[in-house]
Amino acid sequence: MSLPAAPTLLDRIRARPRIRTAVAAALPVGFVTALLFVPYVLLLVHSFWRLRGGVITHEWTLDNYRRLFGTSLYPDTILFSAGVALRVTLCSLLLAYPLAYLLAFKVRRHKQLMYMAVIIPLWVSYLVRAYAWKIILGQSGILNGLLQSAGLVDQPLTFLLYSRWAVILALTHIYTPFTLMPIYAVLEAIPPALKEASADLYASRWQTFRRIVLPLSIPGVLAGCTFAFVLSMGDFLAPQLLGGNDSALMVSNLVWSLFGVAYNWPLGAAVSVVVLLLTVFLLWLANRVETAMNYGGEVAGAPDRRAVSVGGRGV
Amino acid sequence: MTAPARPADRITPALWLTGGLVFAFIYLPLAVVIVYAFHDSPIIAWPLRLGTLHWFADLARDRGMLEAALASLKLALLAVVLALILGVPGAFLLDRYQFPGKTAFRRLVLLPLILPGIITGVSLLTFFSFIGLGLSSGFPLVPGWPVVLGHAAALTSVVITQVFARLQRLDRAQEEASQDLYANEWQTFRYITFPSIRTAVLGAGLLVFTLSLDEIAVTFFLIGRQNTLPLQIWGLLRRGITPEVNAAATVIFALSVAVIVVWARLVRDER
Repeated sequence: MSLPAAPTLLDRIRARPRIRTAVAAALPVGFVTALLFVPYVLLLVHSFWRLRGGVITHEWTLDNYRRLFGTSLYPDTILFSAGVALRVTLCSLLLAYPLAYLLAFKVRRHKQLMYMAVIIPLWVSYLVRAYAWKIILGQSGILNGLLQSAGLVDQPLTFLLYSRWAVILALTHIYTPFTLMPIYAVLEAIPPALKEASADLYASRWQTFRRIVLPLSIPGVLAGCTFAFVLSMGDFLAPQLLGGNDSALMVSNLVWSLFGVAYNWPLGAAVSVVVLLLTVFLLWLANRVETAMNYGGEVAGAPDRRAVSVGGRGV
Repeated sequence: MTAPARPADRITPALWLTGGLVFAFIYLPLAVVIVYAFHDSPIIAWPLRLGTLHWFADLARDRGMLEAALASLKLALLAVVLALILGVPGAFLLDRYQFPGKTAFRRLVLLPLILPGIITGVSLLTFFSFIGLGLSSGFPLVPGWPVVLGHAAALTSVVITQVFARLQRLDRAQEEASQDLYANEWQTFRYITFPSIRTAVLGAGLLVFTLSLDEIAVTFFLIGRQNTLPLQIWGLLRRGITPEVNAAATVIFALSVAVIVVWARLVRDER
């Protein structure tokens, strides 16, 4: 415990809360502004710039958006990707919910370990998980090998790989743990007393699920579905690896090629902005649905919304 | 505390079966990749012929792969350092200070976690191109400043959310007690606050490390002449499937699991 010394500059800063806050804020806020806010804004700005002779000129124009919505090519691509993303979301939800339920209510021993086991693949090479399906579905792949040795088919099935279905399968595989995380978090937070009370009042298991568990898990379901939809719609590597000709129909691949070989950044930026707005709209929608259904945390034991919304790769 | 006895149900076994199948669905493809790393043929096909370490030996001799691995490690370490330097004060800022634009700051920080990586990737690409920072600048000291800063920008969110969650659970009475006992702010931080968030900080660092090693969407747009490990593997994949990729995947898988196990212990100890 040192004796108080003469006030230094540091002490003077400490003594004034406003300056103190400013100093504490400068580094993180400055960095986040420079490297997140400015880039996102710059993307928006690029979408209003003109490409002339392969050079981006700083002239304002709506041409990129006109081109985007002028033909059916770009809207069709966005719809196609949304269709793929929707299927991935539904499949992930159907797979994730029972497993999350099982982990939350039925697993007693090594619960944390089992949960970690489900989540670990999320942090283990994305590429490996996409590539695995190439080994399984390929023409000389495992599935074909098994089918042939079982005598079910004579010729290897060629339609398995390089189609939208392969992409949907792989993306479902990749994003099921994502969907599971927030659902598990909300199910875990349901106090056992609620389920017991329901059983004491002679509710059947189905009624308890339908009236207690399901409504309380909606915020997690919404969070999980939003993640699965947004991330699968923005995925551009799995489609390139597994999608064959269909991959060109994914909006993320459009962005990828416009920023790459096609070198049309303004148009690419416009497509990105549309995807970004769609994402923000979905998040807003999920939030609205949640509020409308009155899950504002008033129910006893309703999970902390923040914990759920942060449930992406972070937690 | 058990519910009243009810007739045995048929749902629970069905649930276990479904859960088991989903679990298999998550792990079988990974198992396939790992098993085929030991496949004794350059063509990945059925039937499996186990029993060679040939592909691991190939991997160990692959200079491109080794250089990419080194670049990835450097990148991940720098990302961790930057993300911690920025993320820990960021978490304190969100937890304890009121300032104009706080909500906007919080939302902005979460964006890279929520948005598809490609959007963050192309945004950063336009930014670095606009300010004229070359993608290979800083090479060979670092894989390139843009990719380092890009990883830091995208992954600071992880540190902020992790440390913020811990700070929210912190018992502020201890800090007040410390100040009542005439500890100055630095002492309170050093002896009270920091020890209680230490594991969260370490855990966040490890998480950023693994995420950075695996990051590909942002990296794709920001990489200069030196590939990172995932991009090097991506290059191989584009040329077709080779067991060497399986060997690399197996090594990455083992390392990631090791890091995550350490992370899980850190987080659990604090509960």
